[in-house]
Amino acid sequence: MTAVVALPSARRPLTAWRWVATRLAGAVFVLWAVATLTFFSIRLIPGDPAEAILGGPGSRATPEALAQVREQYGFNQPLFVQYLNEIGRLARGDFGTSYALKAPVTTVILEGAGNTLILAAVSLAVAWLIAIGLAVWATRGGRVSRAIATGLEIVSAAVPNFWLATIFILIFSIGLHWLPPVSAPGIPGLVLPVLTLAIPLAGFLGQVMRESLLNALDAPFTLSARARGESETGVTLKHALRHAALPGISLSGWAFGSLISGAVVVETVFARPGLGRSLLNAVLIRDIPVVIGVVMVVALVYIVVTLLTDLADRIADPRLRNP
Amino acid sequence: MTLTADPATVEQSTAERTHRVSRRRMRLRPAELVSGIVLLFLLVAAVAPQLLTFYDPLAIQPSDAFRAPSLLHWFGTDESGRDVYTRVIYGARSSLLIGVFATIIGLGLALILGAIAGLGSRPVDFAVNRLLEVLFAFPGLLLALLFITIFGVGVVTSTIAVGLATAPGYARIIRTQIISTRRSGYVEAATILGRSRRAVFGRNILPNVAWPLLALATLGIGQAIVWASALSFLGLGAVPPAAEWGAMLSAGRTYMTNAWWLTFFPGIFVVLSAAAATVLGHSIQRRNREL
Repeated sequence: MTAVVALPSARRPLTAWRWVATRLAGAVFVLWAVATLTFFSIRLIPGDPAEAILGGPGSRATPEALAQVREQYGFNQPLFVQYLNEIGRLARGDFGTSYALKAPVTTVILEGAGNTLILAAVSLAVAWLIAIGLAVWATRGGRVSRAIATGLEIVSAAVPNFWLATIFILIFSIGLHWLPPVSAPGIPGLVLPVLTLAIPLAGFLGQVMRESLLNALDAPFTLSARARGESETGVTLKHALRHAALPGISLSGWAFGSLISGAVVVETVFARPGLGRSLLNAVLIRDIPVVIGVVMVVALVYIVVTLLTDLADRIADPRLRNP
Repeated sequence: MTLTADPATVEQSTAERTHRVSRRRMRLRPAELVSGIVLLFLLVAAVAPQLLTFYDPLAIQPSDAFRAPSLLHWFGTDESGRDVYTRVIYGARSSLLIGVFATIIGLGLALILGAIAGLGSRPVDFAVNRLLEVLFAFPGLLLALLFITIFGVGVVTSTIAVGLATAPGYARIIRTQIISTRRSGYVEAATILGRSRRAVFGRNILPNVAWPLLALATLGIGQAIVWASALSFLGLGAVPPAAEWGAMLSAGRTYMTNAWWLTFFPGIFVVLSAAAATVLGHSIQRRNREL
């Protein structure tokens, strides 16, 4: 029965390079499919795209202006030709021009990407710290601390980040005047957005971490570490935690996705420039090239992150390499 | 006295122990009890909100605007003098309905995809898996946002959008569940006994997939409520005069400096319902594992 599950690898063991090649081909396929899906679903939008570019149906554009826009954007060509052009442009990294901002989408994305990346990276790090702290506390302490940690994990995983952001602003900006309510440049402006993103994520990571940490503390290798006279803290920090982090690392791709969704909310609440806010604005005014551009970039980064975590898993766990 | 124990007593004591263990494990934990009460309260609020409050959620009383929480107005009043507690209670119906429908849409789509992949031939499974991989490349809210871009802003589109966005995750879990059930001994036995494919699916596979599915659905409703209220908060779902938690929060944000209760209480209800659904879902999962 297990042979059936492991058939592709059982048939011919994949060498490292072949594995990378297969995965890269898969990634290119997924990107192409994402572009195709996005292109055709955007064409489902009712209404004339040329009209949308000129400011919507209310703007009463002249027929000449409409015709000129159709010519300029290639809307008068057959759908399939438009599709091929679009895929060709996307493959060259050209995402077209924003309908609303009249600026290249690439510029819009590059302006926002840095901010969002810093926000996401710092939040991920903080979420990891909180999750590890909670997991260690829950496994080391007694029944009470375990119950409290479990409760904290469930509640923080259930807290919607838009509400958390609002509550933080209420307490720390309006109540205590400690931190700015809208994102100012520098560290103080980053604190509340990061905490807003990190806390719900820490709840999810903590749940996973605690389970694997408990398993690791029961594993034979921790027993042998204890037998060698390692202190309980040393066992937890040097041996068990390293092992327990593995499932969390595999979740990084998913965590990245949830951080991007969170960034849409957090950047809006804290009026912070970034990819998320650009995406939300583009969705609200139907600025299609920006929507496609941001979706494609996020999908690309997501695929790369997933590929890297799979690679990290293979490096960390030799069993995946030689089935 | 003989050294060998009487098989009958051994069997009996084992059975007794198992029984005692399962009794202890099946006992309601405090967190489960609290979650049950919270969900019951929300259910009453959704079905018969007039039982829990005497105010009208939409009645405007400008002279009563921005009252802080008091005995008369437990959660205070909003900018038009409407009672916030009443609006939160009346909001339970739309928030729960959106959560339930989004989960039904998500699980329904996932069940179709998962069943096609789990029961179909290998090329079919391969194709569905690639489709899921493509859908997974739109992480989190992205699929929902794309859907709303195409079909416009509103309660119905945001509900479908949340369902659609959660479907790939469910589909993957259901597929794995079906495949592992299909390879189990009792399904093999039923096939050998000459049962038809349809009978095997209906009588052997489906019931074993249904329990984990119920746990997933309960967990999913909590998440769907959070997501749907996030969309409303962003101005993509329910629109303000409606008593929907996310929309109330979004409207209350304007008055954050002088009326904290407008944003605090609707959010508490989102947290409560999501946390209660999570606890309940985990408890169904645990009971299912130990059955």
